[in-house]
Amino acid sequence: MKVYLKVWRQRNAQDPGRFVDYTVDGINPDMSFLEMLDVLNNRLISQGEDPIAFDSDCREGICGTCGLYINGRPHGPLPRATTCQVHMRHFKDGETIVIEPWRAKAFPVIKDLVVDRSAFDRIIQAGGYISVNTGQAPDGNAIPIPKEDASKAFDAATCIGCGACVAACKNASAMLFVAAKVAHLGRLPQGRIEARERVLNMLSQMEKEGFGGCTNTGACEAECPKGISLENIAFLNREFIKAKISF
Amino acid sequence: MELRAQHGLLKSLVAKKILMALTGLFLCLFLVVHLSGNLQLLIPGYSGRLQFNSYAVFMTHFPLIKIISYVLYLSIIIHVLDALVLTIRNRRARTVDYAVKSGYGSTFASRNMGILGSLILIFLVLHLANFWYKYKFGEMPYMVSPEGHYVSQKGEAIPGAVLKEGHLWVDGVDKGPAMKDLYEVVRLAFGQSWIVAIYVLSMIPLGYHLAHGFQSGFQTLGLRFGKAFSVIRVAGWLFAIIIPLGFAIIPLVFYFFPEKLN
Repeated sequence: MKVYLKVWRQRNAQDPGRFVDYTVDGINPDMSFLEMLDVLNNRLISQGEDPIAFDSDCREGICGTCGLYINGRPHGPLPRATTCQVHMRHFKDGETIVIEPWRAKAFPVIKDLVVDRSAFDRIIQAGGYISVNTGQAPDGNAIPIPKEDASKAFDAATCIGCGACVAACKNASAMLFVAAKVAHLGRLPQGRIEARERVLNMLSQMEKEGFGGCTNTGACEAECPKGISLENIAFLNREFIKAKISF
Repeated sequence: MELRAQHGLLKSLVAKKILMALTGLFLCLFLVVHLSGNLQLLIPGYSGRLQFNSYAVFMTHFPLIKIISYVLYLSIIIHVLDALVLTIRNRRARTVDYAVKSGYGSTFASRNMGILGSLILIFLVLHLANFWYKYKFGEMPYMVSPEGHYVSQKGEAIPGAVLKEGHLWVDGVDKGPAMKDLYEVVRLAFGQSWIVAIYVLSMIPLGYHLAHGFQSGFQTLGLRFGKAFSVIRVAGWLFAIIIPLGFAIIPLVFYFFPEKLN
């Protein structure tokens, strides 16, 4: 199959950037989207051109490294999938595909489609952890936790920190990411001890990084490759209210 | 873990959003009261006119309602200014926009709350100028009973009373303030096609605004527990349909079926 690409090319953070058109022919429909880009990059390299920079690592949807904004949607057209899980059979032969990087002030473009997501790391450093030594797996199992709490905490813990929520949000808000971590730890007894500090620190860091606020549009939830629910943001809001009325 | 966040009570985005939710839901509650009050306009005949005008007196004179009305004015102002601050902050979070946007997973209303709210605000200014300002500060007609007597604020027709500076006088004795005829102002306004059109069309952005705002308010306040939220969501949709429809019916009846109100 043959596809027409419009790819965002940007030399570095200072470069204003532009779209460049590429035609990629002879694509096997069973190739992954990233493999299609690999084919294009091989061609560019052999032609002595600068290959398109994009992030990827595990290529099996668990690391959260890849992240392309494809035809107006983070991670492309597949629900609950990362970019590396999207295959060329999900596109039409002869389709024009527009590829952009995540757009957020807090995620500055490093090159082409690669953005700097270390803002997420700093949010985690602000409170996305438990200070005490919680021991080994048997120690964890010694604490009885209601099934519902355990399941919800686990659902929240499936966040891979890819940033699709920020990319999808019209406010470039990181609320779903922060909420996932706050709910993951806050629903478990080990995490309750620092619940107040966690929610306030992480939210404060989120704002410092320049992310926007939540307007409950639900785009993040719909685009999240792990299906993290907006229910977690409601949980975060409860944690915030609790933190503000307790001293 | 040390508390590193140094936030004032309303500094953070979430706190500002909670303020949006609280004022917004209070305004939703107001809409219910406002609509139920206004539906009295549809009671036909003199008794309907008297009931509506008495209601207007009650809403402008009863001390508790007066306090609530100041809370209401304040809520509207806070809701608007807070929205402005949040919108500016949220816009700044994305300096370079996408070339292609799908809007996938979000509703039209949720993406356009600012525009919808602005349309409602424009309508609100017009609406207040039409009725509220006129009632409080403008030239008002006074209520006259079917027998041709002026009516006091208590709703009693006073035979032989003379109107002087808003008060009723009988043989030089002040019988108290006369009842303003707000019903007549409404009737005259809703006899004009352009006013009716604006009032009916303005209910469309209101409906969309409520469709997102109602359930969003609960979400922001963290009031989301499993299946109960589906009920809130459905209630929000019903609210967004019933309230604007209820308001729209009033000018339509006045314009198209004035004889039904006689």
